[in-house]
Amino acid sequence: MPIFIDRRLNPKDKSLGNRQRFLRRARGELKRSIREHFRAGKIADIDSGQNVSVPAGGTDEPRFEEAGDSGRRQHVLPGNREFVTGDRVLKPGQGDGAGSKPSREDSEDDFRFMLSREEVLELFFEDLELPDMVKLNLKEVLAFRPRRAGFAATGAPTNINVGRTMRNSLGRRLALKRPKNSELEAVRQELEELEAGCQNDAASARIALLLAELELLERRRRVIAYVDPVDIRFNRFEAQPVLNANAVMFCLMDVSGSMGEREKDLAKRFFVLLHLFLKRRYDRTEIVFIRHTHEAQEVDEETFFYSTQSGGTVVSTALEEMRNVIDARYPPSDWNIYAAQASDGDNFVSDSQHCITLLEETIMPRCQYFAYVEIIDERESHIFGATPNGTALWHAYSAVKDNWPNFQMTRIAKAADIYPVFRQLFTRQPAAGRKGR
Amino acid sequence: MAALLSKSGADLLFSGSDWDFATLARAHDAIEQVAREDLRLDVYPSQLEIITSEQMLDAYASIGLPLMYRHWSFGKHFLYQELLYRKGGRGLAYELVINSDPCIVYLMEENTMALQALVTAHAAFGHNHFFKNNHLFRQWTDAGAILSYMDFAKRYIADCEERHGTDAVEAVLDSAHALMDQGVFRYRHPPKLSSERQREGIRERLDYEARIYDDLWRTLPSAKASEQLDETEEKAADRKRALNLPQENILYFLEKNSLVLEPWQREVLRIVRIIAQYFYPQRQTQVMNEGCATFVHYTIMNTLFDRHRINESAMLEILHNHSNVVFQPAFDDPRYSGINPYTLGFDMMQDIKRIATAPTAEDRDWFPDIAGNGDWRATLLDAWANHRDESFIRQYLSPALMRKWRFFVLNDTAGEAHYEVGPIHNERGYEKVRTALANSYDIGETRPNIQVTDVDLLGDRRLRLQHKVKDGILLDEKSRDATLRHICKLWGYEVSLAGIDMQTGASIYERSSAEIVQ
Repeated sequence: MPIFIDRRLNPKDKSLGNRQRFLRRARGELKRSIREHFRAGKIADIDSGQNVSVPAGGTDEPRFEEAGDSGRRQHVLPGNREFVTGDRVLKPGQGDGAGSKPSREDSEDDFRFMLSREEVLELFFEDLELPDMVKLNLKEVLAFRPRRAGFAATGAPTNINVGRTMRNSLGRRLALKRPKNSELEAVRQELEELEAGCQNDAASARIALLLAELELLERRRRVIAYVDPVDIRFNRFEAQPVLNANAVMFCLMDVSGSMGEREKDLAKRFFVLLHLFLKRRYDRTEIVFIRHTHEAQEVDEETFFYSTQSGGTVVSTALEEMRNVIDARYPPSDWNIYAAQASDGDNFVSDSQHCITLLEETIMPRCQYFAYVEIIDERESHIFGATPNGTALWHAYSAVKDNWPNFQMTRIAKAADIYPVFRQLFTRQPAAGRKGR
Repeated sequence: MAALLSKSGADLLFSGSDWDFATLARAHDAIEQVAREDLRLDVYPSQLEIITSEQMLDAYASIGLPLMYRHWSFGKHFLYQELLYRKGGRGLAYELVINSDPCIVYLMEENTMALQALVTAHAAFGHNHFFKNNHLFRQWTDAGAILSYMDFAKRYIADCEERHGTDAVEAVLDSAHALMDQGVFRYRHPPKLSSERQREGIRERLDYEARIYDDLWRTLPSAKASEQLDETEEKAADRKRALNLPQENILYFLEKNSLVLEPWQREVLRIVRIIAQYFYPQRQTQVMNEGCATFVHYTIMNTLFDRHRINESAMLEILHNHSNVVFQPAFDDPRYSGINPYTLGFDMMQDIKRIATAPTAEDRDWFPDIAGNGDWRATLLDAWANHRDESFIRQYLSPALMRKWRFFVLNDTAGEAHYEVGPIHNERGYEKVRTALANSYDIGETRPNIQVTDVDLLGDRRLRLQHKVKDGILLDEKSRDATLRHICKLWGYEVSLAGIDMQTGASIYERSSAEIVQ
C-alpha cells in the first residue's frame, strides 16, 4: 500500500512570488521597450486597444552557449529515405533545401508575453502625474467641509449641545446640592399651612425657622445656577479637507490656415496623448475642446481632431472662450483646471498683448497649470531649440512664463519629440517647484 | 461462460474512467506485484501525490522540485509554460517524479483511471527503479537528503533576503545561475551532503563570528610588519597550492576562493552548485531514464492485460497514450523537433529484449555476450544500472534498429552552403552512425569545456579561464560576455577567457572582462 497524499486542496499559486519577482524584474525592460514603441510608433494607435507584445530581452539568463555559426558538427537524424553517403544538401535559408535544420534549442528566450492595453498604459504613465496633483490633494486643499469632532467648551450659541450641557448641569447641581423645587415647595407649603393655621409660639417659632430655611434655600438656588456657563458644551466641528479630484482639461488648438497638415498632426498627437493621460489618471475628468481661427468655439472631440476650418488667427478669442466656459461651468473652487494650448506661434499682430492681459488677469489665477506647445518646423528646431527667439506668441508667452511658475512652454518639431516634451511638461515637479503656487 | 465472465470481472482492477483512492491503491499494488516479481525491479517506497493542473505548472516552474527558493527566473519559466499551456501549444505532463527517498510522484487529477495506472507504472516503478539503481544517481546524488536540503536552501535564501535585501540575493543568484552548467564536478565525486546537524553547526559558527566581530581589533598597530609579510606570502603560496587547478567546477572554485564574497554569498553559490550537481545525472541519462520508464509501463500494462486485470477499453486508452509518447516523426516532418528520448530508449530496450530472446545472425555477430542469452530481464537490469545515454547507445544500438530508424549523419560545417551526408544505415556506416549518435549524448562533448586554469593571487588576481575549442565550435559572443560579466561580479577582479584549440593547442581567441562594457 503506497502513501497517497491529496494535494489538490493545498494553497494554489505557489509560484506567485516568483511571478511577481519576474514582473518586477522585467518592469524596467518593459518600460524601456514601451517608451521606444511610443517614440517611434503612432501614438493614436494606443487607443485602439490592441495589445503590445514585449520581448523578454532584459530578463535573459546568459550562460556559455555554443555559437551556431561556427565549427564542424555532426547531426544524427532519423528517417533517411533517399540519401547516400556523400550527398550534398542545401542548407535551409540558402534556397529550397530539403533538409530542415536540426535543433534541440529551447526557444524560451524568444518568448513574448502579452500585456494588455491597460498594463501598457500603466507602465507608460507610471512616473507621470499632472503637476502638483499630490500637493493639491494632500496639502493645499481648497475646499473644506465641517465635520463633527467631539465637544468644545466654547463656540457659537447655535452649536450648543443641549444634551451634553444638561448632563453637566445635572451633575453640578447634584454635587453642589442645589435645592430641588420639591424641597422648596415643601417648605413653602408648610409655611402656608402654619400661617393659615392658629398662631402660637411654637407655630411662629416654626415659621421663623421655616422662613430662614426658605431664604437659605432660595439663596442657594440663586447662587447655584440651574445652568451655569461652565456646563455649556458646544458641538465641535473640524474643517476637514475635501479632496478636489475633479479636473477639467482645456485643449486649445489653432486650426487656422497657417497650421499645415503636419502641424495639426503633431498637435493632435499631443492632445491624444494628453487625453489618454487624463482618462487614465482621473476618475472624474472633463475635457473641453476649444479650437480657434479668428474666432473660437467649443467643439466636441471628434470635430476638434478631425474637422477642418479656415480663417485668420486670433489667439485671444480662444482664451476668452475658455474664460467664458470656466465662468459658466467650472468654478475654480470645485475644479482643478488645466489647460494645454497647441499652436504654430502665429498670431494677429496686435492680439498678443491682449493675450498676455487675459492670461495674467483672468486665466492664470484660476488655472493649476497651463502648457503651451509650439509646433515648429524641423529646420527651425536647431535655430530655436534653446534660444528665447521665436514667434510673436512665443515672445508674449515668455513674459507670462516669468510671472507664473505654473505656466510652461515648449517646442515640438517632430513626432518623436512629443513624448519627451510630454514627460517634461507633466513630470513630477521637483520639491522646490512645489512652492510655486 | 457466465462464471468465467464474473470471474474475470472480479479480477479487473478497475473499469470506467473514474478513479478513487481505493482503486488507485489496488492498481498500485497489482503493478507493484508485476514490477517486483516479474521484472525484478528494486524501488524506493513511493509517495503518490494528486495535484491539479495549476499545481503542475507550479511544479514545472520550480524545475520539478517540490521545494525551491524564490527567484524571478522561475516566474519567467512559469509564465512561459502557462502561455504555452493556455494557447494549447503544449499539454501538461501526466506525471512528475522526483528522485528522492521516498520517491515522490505527482499524478494529475484530470487523468483517467487507465492513465493513472499507466503513470503509476511509468513513474513510481520505471523512473523510481532507475533512480535507485543507476550508478550515476547512486554515486552522484543523495536521494535521501535532497528534500531536507531543499528545505534548508529555501529557508536559508529567504533568511538572506530578509537580512541583506532581495536585490542583493537576486544578484548573487543571477550570477550563480549563469554558471550552473559550470557548477558540477565532472571528474570526481562530489562530497556527500553534510547532515542537518553539521550544517547547523556551520551556520552557528558563522553567526557567532558575525556577533563577536569587533572593529576595534583592526585599529591595533601591527607589531611586526616584516614577519607578517612573510606570513602572508606563505599563506598565499599555500592557498595557491590548495587551489587545486585546473578546476572544471567554476562555481565551486569561486565559492572557495573568491576574495570578495561574504559568507552568506558563498553559501548561496553552494546551494546553486548542489542543485546543479543533483540534476547532472538526469541530464546524462535522459534516453535511458525515459526509455526505462516507458519500457516498464509498457511491459507491466501488457502483463496486466494478459492476466485480465485490465479490460480492452482501458488497454486501448493506454496504448493510445503510449503511442503518443513514443511518436517520432522523420527529420523532414514539420513536427520534427529532435530525437524523442522516450522513443529511442524504448526502442532500444525492446530491441535488447529481442536480441536476448530471438537473435538473428547479425545480432550474434554484434552482441555475442547477450544475443540469445534468454534472460532479457537481467540484461536490461544490468544496462539500467551501469550505463548512461552515451555508453548505452555505444554499447547496445543495433544495426537492426538503425535500419528501422533509418539513421544518417549530416556533416555541418559552418560557412558552407551545403550539408554533407555522412555515414548512413548501411554496413559501412553502422559503427560511425552509432558513434556519432552516442557522441551527441555525451555531455562532455556537447557542452562547452571551460575550466579555471590559473590565478595569480599575489599579482593582479586575474582569474584565467580556458575554453577548449573542439571542432572549431566557438561560444556565442553575446552570452559569453554576459556570463563573463557574472563571473567577474563573483570574482571581484579581472576575469579572462582564452579559447584554445583542443587538437592543436593554438590560441583562438582571448576575451577579458576588462574589454566588456559593464
